[in-house]
Amino acid sequence: MSSDLTSVPKGIAGPSNFLDERIGGANFLKRNLRKIFPDHWSFLLGEIALYAFILLLLTGTFLTFWFKPSMGEIAYNGSYAPLKGVMMSEAYASSLEISFDVRGGLLVRQMHHWAALLFVAGMMVHMLRVFFTGAYRKPRELNWLIGVLLLTLALVEGLTGYSLPDDLLSGAGLRITEGVAISLPLVGTYITFFLFGGEYPGEDIISRFYSLHILLIPGLILALVSAHLVLMWVQKHTQMPGKGRTNKNVVGAPFYPAFMAKAGAYTLFTFAVVAGLATFTQINPIWLFGPYTPADISAGSQPDWYMGFLEGSLRLMPSWEINLFGTSHAGTLPLSVIIPALVPLGLVMTGLALYPFLERWITGDHREHHVADRPRNNPHRTSIGMSAIVFYGVLWLLGANDELSANFQISLNWTTYAGRVLVFVLPALAYIITYRVCLGLQRSDSAVVSHGVESGVIKRLPHGEFIEIHTPPADDIEAHVRGKEAVPMLPVEADGAGIPPKGMRGPLGKLRARMSRAYGGEKIALDEGHGHGHGHEDEHAAIGSGEDRSLTH
Amino acid sequence: MTRITAWRRHPLARYAVLILALALVGMVYTAFVQASRPADAALASGKLDDVAAGKSLFEVHCASCHGMNAQGTSTGPTLIGVGAAAVDFQMSTGRMPASNPGAQAPRKPMAGWVTPDKIRQIGAFVQSLGGGPQVPGKEQVDPALGDAGKGGELFRANCIQCHNWAGAGGALTQGKYAPNLNQATPTQIYEAMATGPQAMPVFNDTTITPEEKRSMIAYITQVREQKDPGGFGLGRIGPVTEGLVGWIVGITALVLASIWITAKKRQKS
Repeated sequence: MSSDLTSVPKGIAGPSNFLDERIGGANFLKRNLRKIFPDHWSFLLGEIALYAFILLLLTGTFLTFWFKPSMGEIAYNGSYAPLKGVMMSEAYASSLEISFDVRGGLLVRQMHHWAALLFVAGMMVHMLRVFFTGAYRKPRELNWLIGVLLLTLALVEGLTGYSLPDDLLSGAGLRITEGVAISLPLVGTYITFFLFGGEYPGEDIISRFYSLHILLIPGLILALVSAHLVLMWVQKHTQMPGKGRTNKNVVGAPFYPAFMAKAGAYTLFTFAVVAGLATFTQINPIWLFGPYTPADISAGSQPDWYMGFLEGSLRLMPSWEINLFGTSHAGTLPLSVIIPALVPLGLVMTGLALYPFLERWITGDHREHHVADRPRNNPHRTSIGMSAIVFYGVLWLLGANDELSANFQISLNWTTYAGRVLVFVLPALAYIITYRVCLGLQRSDSAVVSHGVESGVIKRLPHGEFIEIHTPPADDIEAHVRGKEAVPMLPVEADGAGIPPKGMRGPLGKLRARMSRAYGGEKIALDEGHGHGHGHEDEHAAIGSGEDRSLTH
Repeated sequence: MTRITAWRRHPLARYAVLILALALVGMVYTAFVQASRPADAALASGKLDDVAAGKSLFEVHCASCHGMNAQGTSTGPTLIGVGAAAVDFQMSTGRMPASNPGAQAPRKPMAGWVTPDKIRQIGAFVQSLGGGPQVPGKEQVDPALGDAGKGGELFRANCIQCHNWAGAGGALTQGKYAPNLNQATPTQIYEAMATGPQAMPVFNDTTITPEEKRSMIAYITQVREQKDPGGFGLGRIGPVTEGLVGWIVGITALVLASIWITAKKRQKS
């Protein structure tokens, strides 16, 4: 019987042998099927984007069978009664056809749109996980850059896709795109005419965006996603600190069968969430918007969520513009468009791309890292991240200030005034609060390691003092906490003669040294009894004695 | 002491006199009021009477803000020339009488005393002051007689920049807003276009003809009665609620799924 189980059936052995002898797959599979993947829920977040992308390719292909990327005018003659006889572009008419006259068309269109929203959202939560755990550090900086590029491409892909149905809402987005292009100094008009093939809106933009949307950008995304995954595979996934986990090993489950089953299940989960949303919740009801004409605009015109922060910055911006030589004939620099369109996006994207390199410059950390940081253990990084989230969030929220105003009875003007202040104040506040929270959590870790965990057992000592007995933490928890590593710092101390080390002497060097001193170093040491130095072993922290307040941590 | 004198000095006499005097005054007053009220039944249902009744209603309920002669005060605009349509719109939607001054009077249930007849009477009074748009007839606002396709184009060109593509409403400056159109009756929609209440501009008959107004009413009512074909409509306000659902439902569900999947560890045997 046992020989039956160990021998390979002929139906499998034959073809696999055939393949192995020709492409040598067995060796490759033997090496890679047992690849170990560490287990943590947050490591699956990037897969949301991956599976949403697969779904986008599938549903998008379906949509191309009926969509006509043409701006030729026709009279609508489909089955949606309130638009009967209305003149519209073929692109819009074919989108209506997909929605009302193609079997399953509306469901697939809605799945495509929901998958797009989750695609970008999945990328962002994945990026935040990578950022806060420091998983972008050496040797993974290049993969981080690929990720930033993917996010940028996803935004462009979303923008072009949003414009394709040529409905009134998408036209509003297109108009803003044109406004941004034309606001660029000197080259603006040329770029706009080049992009639109003449005066806005022209007759070319839909077919051009179509090529970009279904061919060029998805091709680039596919290539970069592959590179992203191959690099991840080759460099191995980072792992959270824990028992037996070091910078030299990977602890987890093998790709086959455990990780493959989990990834397969997660694919199905993602598909199910997208299909469920598309079935029960209406998205982008283009038939309500009507066809695009440049003369019409609607209240509540909004971009999809991932462009919301640009919308918000545009809405918050004061109406500044500079007329060269005091006259608009000589040329106008519309700061009210250029600044909100380029500055927040530039800040966020450039900041993301440069962060690993800036951090390395400040900490002087050139080592490889395969164990992720817990966010609390690098408080300045975490605070910078939270600050950026709040900055983005305020802009994003105020991109919807008309809906806030209409639905919550707040004056529209006040949302704008408040936003102009909050966009600067709240990120600063978030920085301070996050920093304090991180230090507090570090203190609590330190308490767990050096004092143990509260047992709930109160003991009375012979002289009448009450103490609570602390028990040592569980192995895995202690190992997880002890994975903490001080943030590296440059050698910034001046020598005996008061001369700072090389490279820290000029103004830039002094700044670098100051930043390194603030950013790096151990803020709360793990084993020093969080600054008490009592030297208790098991029993300490007398209740009511008032001298040791460690119980309140 | 005669008998009469005895009565006069009776302890109850003063009360009897008082009651008699009161009864007399009451009767005289009633007689005067009866005389001042036109008894003619034909006149009671006529136009003239509407104006008079409207005037007295106006003086009681409207004049504190709009002035005794509807000339306007610092708290309310003049109503000379706004027409019966404006009165009908404002009162049938419950906006007037306003409950408190603010950026804009909201739609609310009509006050207890307001009836269609009283609205008509006040309307007749305001109409008599300086003309203005009349309340449209039934046929003038019948959605079945309009062309929804044409009306949709006019709706998109003239209305949606404030009221949103599906009439869901939107924000205006300084706390003002364009209200949701879902509750407005065809007559109210017509009157709003003809009179331009609150922040709304007037779309008079030379800008948009009565037939075009009827077509717009046809589009508005068709679209708002339509069942959303794609599922729950999310308030028909577009990408804001869609993004919220994508994050709150979609990402939350997937994060929970990822926690659940990774919580399943291989059992050590």
